Amino acid sequence: MTGTEIARDRKAAVSARALSKTFGQGDYAVTALDSVELDILENEFFTLLGPSGCGKTTLLRLIAGFELPTQGSISLQGQDITDKPPHRRPINTVFQNYALFPHMTVAENIGFGLRMLGKPAAEIKQTTERMLALVQLEAMAGRRTDQLSGGQQQRVALARALAPAPKVLLLDEPLAALDLKLRKNMQLELKSLQAETGITFVFVTHDQEEALTMSDRIAVMKSGKILQIGTPRDIYDRPTHRFVADFIGDINILEGTVEHTDGDLATVRLKDGTRVSAHLGTTAARSGEVSVAIRPENVRLAGAGETPTLTGILENIVYFGAATNLHLRLGTGEEIVIRNPGAVDEGRYQPGATIGAVLQPELIRVLE
Amino acid sequence: MADPTTAMPASTQPRQRRRLVRDLKAMPGFTATAWLCIVTLYLPILVLIAFSFNENRSVVLWTGFSLDWYAKALENDGIRNAAWVSVKIALFATVISTIAATMAALATTRTKAFAGQGLVYGIINQPLMIPEIVTAIATLSLFALVKKVTGLTGIGYLMLAHAAFCIPFAYMPIRARLETMTLTLEQAAADLYAPPLKVFTLVTLPLLGPGIVAGAMLAFVVSLDDVIITLMIAGPGETTLPIYILGAIRRGITPEINAVSTILVAVSVLLVMLLFLVQRRMQR
Repeated sequence: MTGTEIARDRKAAVSARALSKTFGQGDYAVTALDSVELDILENEFFTLLGPSGCGKTTLLRLIAGFELPTQGSISLQGQDITDKPPHRRPINTVFQNYALFPHMTVAENIGFGLRMLGKPAAEIKQTTERMLALVQLEAMAGRRTDQLSGGQQQRVALARALAPAPKVLLLDEPLAALDLKLRKNMQLELKSLQAETGITFVFVTHDQEEALTMSDRIAVMKSGKILQIGTPRDIYDRPTHRFVADFIGDINILEGTVEHTDGDLATVRLKDGTRVSAHLGTTAARSGEVSVAIRPENVRLAGAGETPTLTGILENIVYFGAATNLHLRLGTGEEIVIRNPGAVDEGRYQPGATIGAVLQPELIRVLE
Repeated sequence: MADPTTAMPASTQPRQRRRLVRDLKAMPGFTATAWLCIVTLYLPILVLIAFSFNENRSVVLWTGFSLDWYAKALENDGIRNAAWVSVKIALFATVISTIAATMAALATTRTKAFAGQGLVYGIINQPLMIPEIVTAIATLSLFALVKKVTGLTGIGYLMLAHAAFCIPFAYMPIRARLETMTLTLEQAAADLYAPPLKVFTLVTLPLLGPGIVAGAMLAFVVSLDDVIITLMIAGPGETTLPIYILGAIRRGITPEINAVSTILVAVSVLLVMLLFLVQRRMQR
């Protein structure tokens, strides 16, 4: 399924239209968000991915209502919420540092939202117990939050945000403070929790692997703009921007010129004169100087008697168990990496040897 | 540094810190200096306390133990009245100045940065830098004017004067506490449907508690202890304990004064201990 297919049969939970946010004034103004257009769908696990300072947290804070946009609007299930204060938005947040109330017990923390909504005590108690069970912290109900481990605090923050059954749950790098193993566990738990509750999750992270593992769709952001929105496969296999391709996974990028285009296919002449046909997809780069990209796993060693797409001098062999990376220096000075499954014959492939590489034509992309 | 371990900054950092602490203690004369400071600070108070138990009238010649001076002090109407006036004024000043200081602290930390914020800090804290005698005379002149215009008299003037000069003292710990509290907790409460007033009463105020208690105690002690402004403003029958003691000393010092002073010391030690306990409980 591609991003556009999902969009057709599901309604938008959160929509942003021409959303901009500028901090400061005059010469010191910093544009954190620049005319963002976004539709996050019902029941979706949506991830905002990008390096620090790309505007992903600002976007989250605008959705939560902690900041007001400089321009544009935000709507929730079709209703404009741009000017609503945070306490009038049926949206809850899991904060990066959890922000648990230190003067309340675990149960009081979890029940806080329901209490503010004026729910009867019996319902608060029942829901709190259900939430404690959901995050497996039944035994901790009466504890103070600072007596919990990082992972437990994380779960309390999650339970507290889920208890009032929000329409949308915002998660601001909630796993960043956990150690690797716990983080892996929580990734799976979050994913299954999202499926169980059916609540729309908007997840902010700078960790591309985390984004690929958990998300239904990902928006890759840079300098206050969304570069590409799509499923993890869209983003990984069909990147539209050089930045997106580079930010997620490893990629070979070669410079070239578009000679002509035919539908989705473009014929690109690389610097050394080699012509390759590459997919355009939704990229805006359709003529002139472009970058073409291919993942290392989609480049293979040329077999005996096979005509290689490119030839180069082998500079480095990096073996890491499941695969071996061969780094080739091309005549143009550009580098290309071949990821060969398993080990290679070290007698034949030695640094300094001239090696042929075959690029799988259907997996070459043109990038903006 | 010749130390080869400096090549690994991450692992040597705690070790260096530990060595620094040890170095300070190992410095020649550390113990002697420490004791000298402690003795200079507390010896006069110890002498004062000791002679409050003297059997004799003298405050320099020890003859034997007795509690007579305490009995005398507690029976003395002058002292009892002065103590009551002091407590009354201090309580009023504490309540008013703590409320004002809390509002000022919230306004200077929980709002968007505004033009002239630095000036506001300065204005709130300036009374600490102005010589007290100047504040005293200024207050006196103002009150003289008010009295002339309104014809009102009474202890209210003294109470208001105390409330005013206590504000910067109460403000400091409250603002310090607010600055260590991140806004995230208040945002989390708002995110969980708490309207602004609930955010304040359920999250800000409880967390600010230790700061407010510290500010209030500081204000109380400062008011209890004040001489210069009180001397200027106090009318007849408005003698506070420090003013009474000052008057009594002019007539010659007796262990009765020592006894009253010892009681004051005991009260302030109790207050400090209480403050410590409250803060420790709040921080846990």
